[in-house]
Amino acid sequence: MTDDRGIWLYAITRREAADAGAGRTGVAGETSRTIAVGRLAAIVGDVPLAGFGEEALRRNFEDLDWLGAVARTHDAVVSAVGGPVVPIRLATVYRDDDRVRRVLEHRTTELERTLDRLTGRTEWGVKAFLDLARARGHEDSPSRRGAGTAYLARRRAERDARADSERLATEQTSKVHSRLAGLAAGARLHPLQSKALSGRSEQMVLNAAYLVDDDRARAFAEAVAACDEENTAIRVQLTGPWPPYSFSSWEEG
Amino acid sequence: MTPGQQPVTTSTGQDGAVASGNHQPANLGDILERVLDKGLVIAGDIRVNLLDIELLTIKLRLVIASLETAREVGINWWESDPWLSGDTTRIQRENRELRARVEELEAGPERAAIEDRHRD
Repeated sequence: MTDDRGIWLYAITRREAADAGAGRTGVAGETSRTIAVGRLAAIVGDVPLAGFGEEALRRNFEDLDWLGAVARTHDAVVSAVGGPVVPIRLATVYRDDDRVRRVLEHRTTELERTLDRLTGRTEWGVKAFLDLARARGHEDSPSRRGAGTAYLARRRAERDARADSERLATEQTSKVHSRLAGLAAGARLHPLQSKALSGRSEQMVLNAAYLVDDDRARAFAEAVAACDEENTAIRVQLTGPWPPYSFSSWEEG
Repeated sequence: MTPGQQPVTTSTGQDGAVASGNHQPANLGDILERVLDKGLVIAGDIRVNLLDIELLTIKLRLVIASLETAREVGINWWESDPWLSGDTTRIQRENRELRARVEELEAGPERAAIEDRHRD
């Protein structure tokens, strides 16, 4: 009986914050529950190994619809936790509750330290996209030269304008990152997303995550809006609040 | 820029395609990026090799990229490509049709034009 199911780990949190993460619908349609050890608790779900065992996971991970649905559900359960939370990477599965307890026992120190660091803070995502149209702003007046020459001149001007815009965008992006990092308790740069992944036709120039004190969240959001306003070569976009996915590893200082 | 007149995009072909704005509520790309690449990594009992996951995310980006590209171009190549669907008789049929069409066109433009009208 026990052999047919695995324990899917969503998140680890403080015992008193764990209740909100329980009773949610999980990745296998199961109801999430908690496993508590000392002051810590894990949010878990019982999943059938037929769908979530080693073989099945490898197969299912190839299925984008399956993966998309599981990713959203995992994120929803993690997000439901009412307090500092350590999100666990997708597809961390244990044989039974005791194995999860053992993780909590062995890792108590690191987990509590991480939870302390995350307390009262939230992850915000900031993405910036190249905005060629806005960067161009000032167009040259139409040339009166011959059609061929004008065409070449226009092409050259377009190329130069694009290069200028990209250079400007790079400068502005690095300014934006410094400014936002200055307001945050932590900052991480993620790989830029392809146009397909971002769902935008513009080139992404910044994909960052910031860990922001909750009492500075408003100031941070305003700074993002100001960055969008002031920097003409890029569009700056705020996403979140996110569970602190980007700030949950042990190494983070 | 003259209102109502789109700049002709030549080789780049990017500027014309402004994002259509049909994003999903919380961008799936952002969620996948976080739950697959971020979050705390602890060894579970059931091993999905992390290397596999990293490879997967790369692959995923490619898959999403090709899906999106196909959608932008307006084709479902994986459904309509006879080599993928194993439908080689269709290729032969298409070849026959194309050959017939070429003969028609060679026979005279008027006739082809008339036939076109019928076809529509």
